Amino acid sequence: MLGGLARIQNTFFDVPMIAHVMPTLLRVGLPNTILLAVLSSLIGMAVGLMIATGLLARPVGVRLGCRVYVDVLRGLPHILTIYLIGQGLPIAGLSLFGTDTYAYAALSIGLIEGAYMAEIFRAGLQSVERGQIEAARTLGMTKWQTMRDIILPQGIRRVLPPLTGQFILVIKGTALVFLLGLTSSQREIFSIAQDSAINNANLSPLTAAGILYLALTVPMTYAVNAWERRLRGERQGGPANA
Amino acid sequence: MPDAEAAVAVRFERVGKRYGATDVLSDISLDAGRGTTTCIIGPSGSGKSTLLRCTNLLTRPDTGRVLIDGVDITRPGVDVDAMRVRVGMVFQHFHLFSHLDVLDNVTLGLRRVRRMARAEAEARALVQLRAVGLEGLERRRPAALSGGQQQRVAIARALAMEPAVMLFDEATSALDPELVKGILKVMRDLALSGMTMLVVTHEMRFAREVAGNVVFMDRGRIVETGPPDRLFDHPQTARLQQFLDQVL
Repeated sequence: MLGGLARIQNTFFDVPMIAHVMPTLLRVGLPNTILLAVLSSLIGMAVGLMIATGLLARPVGVRLGCRVYVDVLRGLPHILTIYLIGQGLPIAGLSLFGTDTYAYAALSIGLIEGAYMAEIFRAGLQSVERGQIEAARTLGMTKWQTMRDIILPQGIRRVLPPLTGQFILVIKGTALVFLLGLTSSQREIFSIAQDSAINNANLSPLTAAGILYLALTVPMTYAVNAWERRLRGERQGGPANA
Repeated sequence: MPDAEAAVAVRFERVGKRYGATDVLSDISLDAGRGTTTCIIGPSGSGKSTLLRCTNLLTRPDTGRVLIDGVDITRPGVDVDAMRVRVGMVFQHFHLFSHLDVLDNVTLGLRRVRRMARAEAEARALVQLRAVGLEGLERRRPAALSGGQQQRVAIARALAMEPAVMLFDEATSALDPELVKGILKVMRDLALSGMTMLVVTHEMRFAREVAGNVVFMDRGRIVETGPPDRLFDHPQTARLQQFLDQVL
């Protein structure tokens, strides 16, 4: 019984080993994970905003194309998409970023996130009251001016909490880029932990990685929830618009 | 008769609009004289708001024509945005831009559509805001204003564009009773200043006192039209009589 517990502790919670891998995780892994998550999210936001406008566009072809994009990228396992884009593009001769695995990693996650963020943006844009748009158009503002001056500023505010929620998913999603084979200085949290776990035939480095991920994601999750509660309160507490 | 033509600011010619199987507007023909106030009354669902929205093409008629100053705005290829600058509109629920303060609400159209510099737009906005009695509230957000104040901002926002025609879509229906009078006074002053106005309203007293012409609509049709004293005191149709019995 006690022997079993000791084995579990040695396998998962080997303190010296955690202490050994932690500096590398913090120095190399953490910045890489965050950088990768931020880069992918930026790509995802740009793609997502474009696709969202497409989803709401009038021409059926545009709408359909964007719908297919969203459905396909949300419907595929991320691991498959990352393989196809991250490994596939350079193989297919589309070496947009030379041999920089990091860029392909960011691009593939960004394209996936674009599909999820498109739906978030679409909901945000659609949440803007019809009357706000009519008021703008009545003044003689064009569609584009209305989008820039009314719909986007109002929609973005409501979209920030769910976008941050999506960012938390991206942080976790970056773990998948180990597939693409990163150089030692490019490795993010999971890759470092995995290498170390294999080299030491012990899972404790993965536990260390887990602790880091949780330290990132749990506080952010609570922050987003509080933020959303506040926005909801503002909207309900505000003077009646009806 | 060119003079008679020039005296017409807004003309509806056999305007029709269907939603699915229902005719929301059928065969509406109506002239609104320049500088006059036309009040459109009728039960809810009678199509009066839809008719008003056809005046600036927020709703596009299926059939018929709408002419503003003799120009057919329903013709394909018409610059709808340019036309809308000339037609101001005030909504039942104000629809102030919720993320902008009072001053920016009034200046946005001037800056974006009229391409005015910010300083010039603000100067003009301040004049309009003062005219509707809102001095000192320039930096408030709409949410921090009463309904009556919000509607004043909406009126100032529309007037700042210097429209030739003003549309009011039940502008006082969403207001607390004690705030209605103030808005009606602003509207009355505007009418007296010679603005061409189309007013959808349930305020029969306003219609009687201010309107040059009253239009009674029911089920998408104009049932009766005429000067207020005739319409209110000597209704020609049973339907109008019945409506007046209920609202007066």
